[in-house]
Amino acid sequence: MNSSITAPDSLCVPALPKRESVVQISGLNKWYGNFQVLHAIDLTVSQGERIVLCGPSGSGKSTLIRCISRLEVADSGVIRALDADLGKPSPARHKALREIGMVFQNFNLFPHMTVLQNCTLAPMSVRGFSRKRAEAHARHFLDKVGIENQANKYPSQLSGGQQQRVAIARALCMEPKIMLFDEPTSALDPEMVKEVLDVIVTLADTGMTMLCVTHEMGFARQVAERVLFLDAGRIVEDLPPEQFFTAPKSDRAQAFLAQIHH
Amino acid sequence: MNIESLLSALLNLELFERYAPRFIDGLLVTAKLVAISFSLGALLGLLLALGRLSSNRWLRGLTGTYMYFFRGSPLLAQLFMLYYGLGSFKSFWQDVGLWWFFRDAWLCTLLAFTLNTAAYQAEIMRGALTAVAPGQREAAQMLGLSRWATLQKVILPQSLLVAIGPLGNELILMIKASSIASLVTLYDLMGVAKLAFSRSFDFQIYLWAAVLYLAIVEVVRRTFKRLERSLSKHIG
Repeated sequence: MNSSITAPDSLCVPALPKRESVVQISGLNKWYGNFQVLHAIDLTVSQGERIVLCGPSGSGKSTLIRCISRLEVADSGVIRALDADLGKPSPARHKALREIGMVFQNFNLFPHMTVLQNCTLAPMSVRGFSRKRAEAHARHFLDKVGIENQANKYPSQLSGGQQQRVAIARALCMEPKIMLFDEPTSALDPEMVKEVLDVIVTLADTGMTMLCVTHEMGFARQVAERVLFLDAGRIVEDLPPEQFFTAPKSDRAQAFLAQIHH
Repeated sequence: MNIESLLSALLNLELFERYAPRFIDGLLVTAKLVAISFSLGALLGLLLALGRLSSNRWLRGLTGTYMYFFRGSPLLAQLFMLYYGLGSFKSFWQDVGLWWFFRDAWLCTLLAFTLNTAAYQAEIMRGALTAVAPGQREAAQMLGLSRWATLQKVILPQSLLVAIGPLGNELILMIKASSIASLVTLYDLMGVAKLAFSRSFDFQIYLWAAVLYLAIVEVVRRTFKRLERSLSKHIG
């Protein structure tokens, strides 16, 4: 496929110098009924930053990125992303949300559509691409995740790792500025984890802003610039990986790492 | 009793020749009645199902009451209420200019059937819509799809696969229930059979009617089976 037709730029442009902040969260609280999942979260994410969120289950890491994607609505606090207040309906918010992509633990591919249709649906429906343009565009990204030759298969005909790579390509077709990964490898068989992580690593090299919830500590070490450790709804650690893995400040993080490293 | 007399008890050719054209007319009336009311009922049913799942309390209550009433009372009672009940307010309907509708047995039956099947189909569709995994909506939302595009491209095709079996069943029940149209002067398949019987007093007339209903049901059954197969071709 001739990729010069579309030349999507998000994968070609070199990383911008990191200055501008793209996400600002202050005083975010989130409750599920009587249970407070997130306590007064403050977080700033800079353009092109790669952040790994980890922590024990129930610590609120998934909820945090789901609040950034607005799949969950914060009970109080302010979340700004790409110059829009996500708490208030506005054209700016509409535009900002379109530029946030998400990859889910369970892929959430549309099972009744082929791989190619999964990837062309949103560009055609939301961005108004013609079918021809959307297909060329989709094939470009499917090629990036190494799955172009499966374009006409249905998701059920692919392995878990392949499905997750399709899900990543599908999100990339919208050329998001921020990508959120919610435990992208947790539902995969062990031998498929690597192929998915490799794709995310390649993405990280393009300078895209990424927030990734994961338990893959090797991946965190390799890719992250910051590791956020959450416990009981609070950000307990916010360190570069080398410091997080060697000298975490809190007892909770030390205990967590001891569990993982044993 | 020999074979010949048995055969003529089941299919008297002279009788058949006399009533076959009427039976074909009756068959067409039944088919038209069911096809139109089932299709309109599907549209109304989809709206009802969406209303039932809406976040608006009033809309939920209203559609719930509708479905409760139409699923909870006999179709025959609904038809009589519409045709004889509402039809008795002749001067009122004349005043509002709707008398042409309520004096017409065909239109009243069509309306009663549509309202009734819509309630049943709504319940089927409500179940099918909720059967789609919540992650599908989340994925659609994250891709920026509008609510309409999400419904049309993501949710409906998947729920149709869940709904198609029960919908086929509802259509079959409708075909058989449509025989009550004969009670409000319509010459559907059953109406024609009644007429033919009242003239010939030969029970085989009803046997023909039963066989014809069976034939329609069989065609519908096979069609839905094929539909279901083509809808599930993506399940590997």
